[in-house]
Amino acid sequence: MELNQKTIHEINDLLKKKEVTVTEVTQSVINRIDGVEGSTDAYLRLQSEEALNLARIVDEKLKARKKISPLEGIPYGLKDNLCTQGILTTCASKMLYNFNPPYNAHVYNLLIEEGGILLGKTNMDEFAMGSSTENSAYKVTKNPWDLNKVPGGSSGGSAVAVASDTAFFTLGSDTGGSIRQPASFCGVVGMKPTYGLVSRYGLVAFASSLDQIGPFTKDVEDCALVLNAIVGHDEKDSTSLNIEKKDYTKNLKQGVKGLKIGVAQAFFGEGLQPEVRKSLEDAIAVYKAMGAEIVDVSFQYLDYALSAYYLISSAEASSNLARYDGIRYGFRAEEYDGLVDLYRKTRSQGFGEEVKRRIMLGTHALSSGYYDAYYKKAMQVRTLIKDDFDQVFKGCDVLLTPTSPTTAFGIGEKTNNPLEMYLTDIYTVPVNIAGIPGISIPCGLDQVGMPIGMQLLGPVLSEKTILKAAWAFENETNYKNLKAPLGREV
Amino acid sequence: MSLTREDVTYVANLARLEFSDDEVTALADQLGAVLDYAQTLSELDTKEVKATEHVLQLKNVFREDVVKPCLTNEQALANAPDSEAGCFKVPRVME
Repeated sequence: MELNQKTIHEINDLLKKKEVTVTEVTQSVINRIDGVEGSTDAYLRLQSEEALNLARIVDEKLKARKKISPLEGIPYGLKDNLCTQGILTTCASKMLYNFNPPYNAHVYNLLIEEGGILLGKTNMDEFAMGSSTENSAYKVTKNPWDLNKVPGGSSGGSAVAVASDTAFFTLGSDTGGSIRQPASFCGVVGMKPTYGLVSRYGLVAFASSLDQIGPFTKDVEDCALVLNAIVGHDEKDSTSLNIEKKDYTKNLKQGVKGLKIGVAQAFFGEGLQPEVRKSLEDAIAVYKAMGAEIVDVSFQYLDYALSAYYLISSAEASSNLARYDGIRYGFRAEEYDGLVDLYRKTRSQGFGEEVKRRIMLGTHALSSGYYDAYYKKAMQVRTLIKDDFDQVFKGCDVLLTPTSPTTAFGIGEKTNNPLEMYLTDIYTVPVNIAGIPGISIPCGLDQVGMPIGMQLLGPVLSEKTILKAAWAFENETNYKNLKAPLGREV
Repeated sequence: MSLTREDVTYVANLARLEFSDDEVTALADQLGAVLDYAQTLSELDTKEVKATEHVLQLKNVFREDVVKPCLTNEQALANAPDSEAGCFKVPRVME
């Protein structure tokens, strides 16, 4: 097994025992990048030289020391909407084609302190708007399980990097499923923590009341390790929760005996691919066999979540993206007639099609005469959905659902029908609306060998319970050892 | 309730965006479809329901008014498409 195929905790063990060096580990990942990145296009920018230099520095430090922190010397990638000083941060948009942030995202600073090795910035849907990573202004990322299929989105590059072993972990952002859905499509672990648990400082804003940063990893234990590193209060994000830090690896392997796992019909509706349904039924049986209690729970308002989500997120986006005016940073149109025309030309040429569509939808929903019917209504429905979840979690500890109604679809298949694309998020958006945490882990393959993901959800701040339930399933089954076929000897 | 071409043009102006004729037609269709889908929300009686702007019960976060490090003038202008004399430069606004 190549080093790049291993997990964070496996590499950490090897580093502890001094059996490998950080330089060897980093070189192994860079070799893998050289081998497959041309096919997958997961990264927008790589900095292999800098990564190797940093690896040598970490090796020097480790020579003198017995102790090593879990992410020390571990190569990783960051979604390109996380600010990295000195490294371009474009959000995969022409609008920020030359943006060099004057500060670091809080999570990047935390990973620097941990001694992680940044390999590069990963591709995404422009400004995180999309479900397939086809909305990038720069490249289309391919799914390593089938290069003709999308990796999901918007954090598609981050998912593919982990799935194809070109990073041990990556960070993404999840506004309506942008971590969990691509994790599901690419057969890796992806988690959206509780809103406010991870500081959003330096995350380029899409929909501020829904955005949350989270990890992509190869297994659940790694997910807990990365979570340990990125969770924490940050005074520079006023929505950051000021609560005591937990160790997410503690009690991870305790098992699910007596755990109440809820199953709701609302998540098994029309349009669910039969193989996805079958995999979920199998997963339920696995949990039962492990001693979990399966309980039926029901929602009253879940069918309205997608509509509410697209209205709220687009409204917030239209406001957040008003800052891109060609004055202080980023792209400016070359020809214009006066200030207002400068705004108009800059925004029309700098934003891609989907971003403009969302700005239009959001502006309409907030405009005079429509505010009550759309935006206010959506926020009231948000209350109903939140109450729905509160009610459901009175009857169960975690909720088991499919992550996406289908496995990965073909590149170009849904690009002409925005509504159809939006419908792929139907099982992930309610989670952001309610602000609760959720994880997607692999739970099978469909008939053509594409990964299926299942979602475990819990009440606010129940990450430890979710991780425990996810770990139990992962280690009872063999799905985590399934690897994307890309560039491997069969 | 679909969207007319006039609606699209009106909203485009609010959003400081401009579109070709073909784009206006496409947007009227696409946004119309999304709004039609969202019409289902009107089925719900929400008269008595409070709006949730935010899932956390957020309160204002205060801190002592102490000077902390911030961007230098040079850093603040480093990404500007055009600047002059330590300021962002924009086209003439007043005649």
